[in-house]
Amino acid sequence: MKKKFRILGALAAAAAILIFATGCGKSSSSSSSSSDNAAIAKIKKSGKIRIAVFGDLPPYGWINKDGKRVGYDLALARRIAKDLGVKPVFTQVNANGRVDALKANKVDLVLANFTVTPERKQVIDFADPYMKVSVGVVSPKSKPITKVSQLKGKDVIVTKGTTAEQYFTQSQKSVGLQKYDSKTQQFNALKNGRAAALADDNSYLFAWAKDNPKYTVGIKTLGPASTIAPGVKKGNKGLLTWTNKEIKKLTKDGFFNKAYKSELAPYFGKEIKASDIVITK
Amino acid sequence: MLASGIKVLFAGQNMQRLLGGFLVTLRVAIIVLILGGILGVLLGALRTLHNRPLRIILRIYLEIFRIVPTVVLLFVAYYILPQTFGLNLPGEEVAVLVFTLWTAAEMSDIVRGALESVPVHQKESGLAIGLTQAQLFRYVLIPQAIPVALPGTINLATRIIKTTSLLLMISVMDIVNVGQTLVEANGHKNPSAAFWIYGMMFILYYILCAPLSQWAKRVEKKRLERANG
Repeated sequence: MKKKFRILGALAAAAAILIFATGCGKSSSSSSSSSDNAAIAKIKKSGKIRIAVFGDLPPYGWINKDGKRVGYDLALARRIAKDLGVKPVFTQVNANGRVDALKANKVDLVLANFTVTPERKQVIDFADPYMKVSVGVVSPKSKPITKVSQLKGKDVIVTKGTTAEQYFTQSQKSVGLQKYDSKTQQFNALKNGRAAALADDNSYLFAWAKDNPKYTVGIKTLGPASTIAPGVKKGNKGLLTWTNKEIKKLTKDGFFNKAYKSELAPYFGKEIKASDIVITK
Repeated sequence: MLASGIKVLFAGQNMQRLLGGFLVTLRVAIIVLILGGILGVLLGALRTLHNRPLRIILRIYLEIFRIVPTVVLLFVAYYILPQTFGLNLPGEEVAVLVFTLWTAAEMSDIVRGALESVPVHQKESGLAIGLTQAQLFRYVLIPQAIPVALPGTINLATRIIKTTSLLLMISVMDIVNVGQTLVEANGHKNPSAAFWIYGMMFILYYILCAPLSQWAKRVEKKRLERANG
């Protein structure tokens, strides 16, 4: 009787191994080094393009009250799908999941406010940029800061880990820094008058200043500009080439200016022009 | 100020979306509980057999799923496995797979403990009247083990439900993920919306978990009363 159960146990173990092995065997081997048009043909044949987007970053990628995905990134995503003649399938990612979503072949394309950095370039490919961001400085309208020299000997509020903190620490040593942990904290500190100004990503400040009319983004750009670009899986040349062509075409057609007007302008206020954000060359 | 946020809950499709996310949470939890429960009972029964290698293997399995945080398992199964083995599943299926294996591991320990708590003379009497191993489980061990295993199982169910909040890591639109998109979509104009949205999430989780928790307490009390007179 004991023997019978030993056999049963062995059988169960064997079954478990088998299930695992066959599961692994079913690899959807999508070799990424295939020729240029193969990647596009594959997307067209499947009838859909899988795109990773944000769901919680208005006005770039978010969900409105009717449950529809909207924003600047989404406008581009839908246009790309339309020009490919396929349906977009959106996967919502958070900031940490963007690179892995491509590496793990969960999505074909990432359009999620994806800043081009040298570190990311090593593991994925970026297409041509469609937006630019840099550090901006917001200050009270009553005591506006319009030049960085005005900040000498004064304090600036930043959030830890942002490009703004990095920029001031490295390039503006004569400016004092007050560092906070979250966006809520930093804006409260500014409202309480704890420092002369606050520095953060300019596009984020534009949106905030719109809802807080007593403040103005006196310095719109500071330091080196970063760019936002679509991300594709490393080595997916077909989709990369196609996306580059598409971005060039859309820039020429004025698509990004239009998208700026419909998706971003309502959030940024009148003092911001499309050329502060959109790449027009 | 605080009250103004409540209208966000009822604007447009917001409430339906939140409830839809809750349904995803519920669906994953129920499937996992059924699959993981069945697998866990089988593994738990196997662990009571006097087969050393099998016991060691199952023990290692249990310890792995107990020690490694669920969020790491989810991340590995969703993002890393496809890169190394090409096993590419959608987020919800990965969730069911990982949670089932985790639940089965926890469940096997509950079942093993319950089976071993049945007095030895019960087992020996069963064998003495000529029951086979299978009959012994079916008629003697399992009926007596169920009341012991039930409270732990119900508590495990509430843990599963609450742990589904990790699913936003792997792009599953569960209630927490939907809630966060709502908070961010309204945060600029209506900072107090977060309070109401998280409040609603609290209520939904509470409605699901509190009765289970109460049930576990009652079952355990009844069992102790019966056992100790």
